Amino acid sequence: MPLPPVVILACGNPSRGDDALGPLLLERLQSWLDASATGAGCELLGDFQLQIEHALDLVGRRLLLFIDAGQQTPAPFVFRQAQAADGVAHSTHALTPEALLAVLLRIDHEPPPPAFVLCVRGESFALGEDLSAAAASHADAAFELLEALLRRPELDYWQSLLSR
Amino acid sequence: MPSDQFELETAPADVGTLRRVAIDPVSRVEGHGKVTLLLDDDDRVQQVRLHIVEFRGFEKFIQGRPYWEVPVMVQRLCGICPVSHHLAAAKALDHVLGVERLTPTAEKVRRLMHYGQILQSHALHFFHLSSPDLLFGFASEAGRRNIVGVAAAYPEVARQGVLLRKFGQEVIRLTAGKRVHGTGAVPGGVNRSLRREDRDGLLAEIAAIIGWSQQAVQLVKRLHAADPVLYDGFGTFRSNILSLVGTDGALDFYDGHLRARDADGQILVDGFPIENYQQLIREEVKAWSYMKFPFLAALGPQHGWYKVGPLARVQNCDRIPTPLAEGERREFIDHGQGKLIHAPLAYHWARMIEMLHAAETIEELLHDDDLSGSALTSSGARQRRGVGVIEAPRGTLIHDYQVDDDDLVSSCNLIVSTTHNNQPMNEAIRRVAQRYLNGRQLTEGLLNHIEVAIRAFDPCLSCATHALGKMPLQVELRDAAGILVGRLAAAS
Repeated sequence: MPLPPVVILACGNPSRGDDALGPLLLERLQSWLDASATGAGCELLGDFQLQIEHALDLVGRRLLLFIDAGQQTPAPFVFRQAQAADGVAHSTHALTPEALLAVLLRIDHEPPPPAFVLCVRGESFALGEDLSAAAASHADAAFELLEALLRRPELDYWQSLLSR
Repeated sequence: MPSDQFELETAPADVGTLRRVAIDPVSRVEGHGKVTLLLDDDDRVQQVRLHIVEFRGFEKFIQGRPYWEVPVMVQRLCGICPVSHHLAAAKALDHVLGVERLTPTAEKVRRLMHYGQILQSHALHFFHLSSPDLLFGFASEAGRRNIVGVAAAYPEVARQGVLLRKFGQEVIRLTAGKRVHGTGAVPGGVNRSLRREDRDGLLAEIAAIIGWSQQAVQLVKRLHAADPVLYDGFGTFRSNILSLVGTDGALDFYDGHLRARDADGQILVDGFPIENYQQLIREEVKAWSYMKFPFLAALGPQHGWYKVGPLARVQNCDRIPTPLAEGERREFIDHGQGKLIHAPLAYHWARMIEMLHAAETIEELLHDDDLSGSALTSSGARQRRGVGVIEAPRGTLIHDYQVDDDDLVSSCNLIVSTTHNNQPMNEAIRRVAQRYLNGRQLTEGLLNHIEVAIRAFDPCLSCATHALGKMPLQVELRDAAGILVGRLAAAS
């Protein structure tokens, strides 16, 4: 069975305050896709963090979208294109989207598909906290963008929606 | 233990003339960690401390929840080793349900999940976090010292690391039900067995997994052989060791009794029942650290602290019950020439031996038809307390719950692997600071030596928050008045 051409990879911990933005948006997106006829060409994946093996999930796709919370991101969100980046020196066990694309480039020997990052501003990330009111509002704004992106999963269109 | 073990912990009473260097947070270590170095006017190290901002909200997060929710919820304590928490909680709650023995299917499915976790975690640590330092050198160009740099210079090594990690994650997915937030282990057993077609899929890959694990052991051995002075001496200090061992004394990550040895390798405690861990271990609080300092109660805080994790486990057991890993363990023990190996960099060697053992064990389990059995859960006479201990990738993990008659968790106590290694990590960085930083101008490469020592323990600082922009590396040099006099920084 051919892979869906679009993959959306959302990261975050549902029990750490606004870190839940990624998984909550993914859940909302799944419901929206289930209720519409839009979902056939899109695979949704979620995890706590980006790890090296996620590079294998990106092979053979046409468009990639990473969703994550951001701590110092301008509100409500930033939508930007990501490029594979060597020289990402320091991180935790997790990878940035740019580093993950670079891993993919090295192990797959093919240029990664066009990749985008939707980084939604979060305010507080403590264990056991609910989503903050501000983050919930940012999530609503981000979801409108996600709907638009999935209605037209085309590189030119996605690029036209990049944050200025 | 050396008499100077605490010599760098406390600076002279008058610290007003000293400068402070902070590495905050420590890079490639999960969560929030900060290293502070106090230097005098001659750049001599006067004090070294690893501060770990351990989140102590575990108890509040878990208390009041129905016990059956706990194995799922505790996975959210840590995005790096969720399976370890999942299984430790399930094991503790087995006892609350009065289950003394799981069905063969339940125990083997859990073991398969756990050994998959060990394999993927050790692969991630070695190939992603540590191999850049080991292959390029601790003071090599910072921009190259990462997994992407390894992939460029050693593409096959990097590819194998990714595929080993992927295989371990697949084992977890098939036994836990999902890639993340799995539900496979439940109090009293499991909620699924392994489908035969899934087992066949894993079996098709296992020979390559074992082969790559063997190659990883060989790679670490070559690194040791190429520079034995560095690998045996870097940050080395003597201490006790602690781990689970199987009831037969063999290496066992999933179950067994507690065993401790002293720094010479003599057994201090053996066959210690896990439910009595509070009689064996105490935790000391120090004013300057949020993280506690565990020690063996019988020896006291000054002499009772100990290492956990691969270096402890491989030397604490009597044998490894799979042939390839056992052969490698013997060679490792021989390297110590009759003495316990205490070198922090030997953690990497021990870790790869454990990865090989995990791969061999997965193969053995996959040939066992019990994995696909239908008897999934057991029951017994309800108890109010349950203790679960497993050997997580980073070391001994203890979950202890009290459950009231209303089925709600009334109290819990968790001692995570990184907490056990708190004193050893502090000790290692003191040795490294004394050896490499004294009297020298600080550079990123020199400070990375500190981080190399910390990373050898593979600490996970109990924090799954990872929002973009949240983890920059900042190294700040401040004088005693808090004035910033220098900074090293790199993007996360």
